[in-house]
Amino acid sequence: MTEWRTAESTLQKLLKPAVWIGGLLPLALLLFAGATGGLEADPVKDITHRTGKAVLVLLLCTLAVTPVRRLTGWNGIISARRPLGLFAYFYACLHFLIYLGDQGFAPGYIVEDVAKHPYVTAGFTALVLLTPLAVTSTKGWIRRLGKRWTRLHRLVYAAAALGVIHFLWGVKKDVREPLVYAAVLALLLALRVPGWIAARKKKTARRAPVPVRSDAQTV
Amino acid sequence: MLIRRPDDTRSSEITPERDYLDRRRFLGLAAGAVALGAPASLAACSSAEAAQDDKPNSWEEITTYNNFYEFGTDKSDPAENAPRTLKPRPWTVQIDGLCARPGRYAYDDLVKPYRVEHRTYRFRCVEAWSMVIPWDGIPLRQVIARAQPQPSARYVEFTTLMDPVQMPGERRQILDWPYTEGLRMDEAMHPLALLATGIYGRPLPAQNGAPLRLVVPWKYGFKSIKSIVRIRFTAQQPATAWNKAAPDEYGFYANVNPQVDHPRWSQARERRIGDGWFRRRDTLPFNGYAEQVASLYRGMDLRRFF
Repeated sequence: MTEWRTAESTLQKLLKPAVWIGGLLPLALLLFAGATGGLEADPVKDITHRTGKAVLVLLLCTLAVTPVRRLTGWNGIISARRPLGLFAYFYACLHFLIYLGDQGFAPGYIVEDVAKHPYVTAGFTALVLLTPLAVTSTKGWIRRLGKRWTRLHRLVYAAAALGVIHFLWGVKKDVREPLVYAAVLALLLALRVPGWIAARKKKTARRAPVPVRSDAQTV
Repeated sequence: MLIRRPDDTRSSEITPERDYLDRRRFLGLAAGAVALGAPASLAACSSAEAAQDDKPNSWEEITTYNNFYEFGTDKSDPAENAPRTLKPRPWTVQIDGLCARPGRYAYDDLVKPYRVEHRTYRFRCVEAWSMVIPWDGIPLRQVIARAQPQPSARYVEFTTLMDPVQMPGERRQILDWPYTEGLRMDEAMHPLALLATGIYGRPLPAQNGAPLRLVVPWKYGFKSIKSIVRIRFTAQQPATAWNKAAPDEYGFYANVNPQVDHPRWSQARERRIGDGWFRRRDTLPFNGYAEQVASLYRGMDLRRFF
């Protein structure tokens, strides 16, 4: 028991630097590739793909925090959730900025592209959904929103799903890679289902004491 | 991955891009100038600017950024894998179907009777990027004429090598292998249609479709089938690989057309590889070769026959 406690506190100490290193790694790799001529011949496309994948990986890491916490009982891991989510949002903004540049920052082309092409619509919607989550990630907003904060932040499930769909619809033919992301997302959502069911039961049990009693009388 | 020059390429072996431009100016009315379709570019800017604008891409760009799913679906896969596994010699091309002189030709026997021409063409991928590539090759129509197709032959079908040992990507059913493509006979007989054997005066690299590939500069790149082992004359329109994979996205004709979008993305503009960041060029009808080829499609609804 004490051994486990020491291991946990070591892990806890390593968690923050690990999250920061992991969160900055895609950017470091990107800058390194850019500086050493390691980007593909179409650098804009290469950067778009790299930042896009960083968003999905980090979003999936964010979504893995709660299941890992439940399965291992390591409550301290929850402190990784906010920085991971914010790193995901950071890459989503980079991804979008590169896209805007690729469209020549021309509003006409951008609006048409977002409205007309479903994979662009999906990606754009995901970014829109993530924005209030990033804004309300501060302690102040968590306190101010109370229970509504939890409800609001369920949008992350929709954003992650739309992000994966965005990838899936964007590839020309070889869907193996986006399907890997889809499978991981499905697993992370499936791991939550027992928790959701338990929470729902608790809620209905709390809300429905009166009808239960009346049932008992009629029987 | 790092972009690097293949070990066996000395820079002295590559014709400098500037010389290529000078050569084109030098030849004036010769095939090169026809090939680049100068008239179409003139609409946008002066001729000097147009020539500058269509500067050939570098050897590195042309040979490291490829779509050749037989070697993997990433752009860098063909350059990494193809030189190791593809054996471009000995190579045999079978010519058959509706023709008077079918036959199996060793690569040299097929190519040698003709003078290799230099043709600098724009190359427009269906993914909305483009390059300018100084090909070497022989006009397709000369090879077709030698086979003496019958009057009933209305189409030409091309087939890529089917050999999962040499082309490991064929082990997975990404497309219905072997890759096939096709042209209408009048398209195949057009003087711009080229059987390419080289780039920048060097033999075609494996990742670019060694030893022999088609180049149809007014169509999207996927029509320009690589590593050809069979040319067949048919009466019926042949099935083509990408059309079979996604008929609503990739048509048989696949002429470059800024008016007809891919269902999932716009075809109105393109990113020229090597252009600065955030620059998009307007895509030209028939990739800028309308003057030469538009008459082939007179009266056709190009939205329907995309």
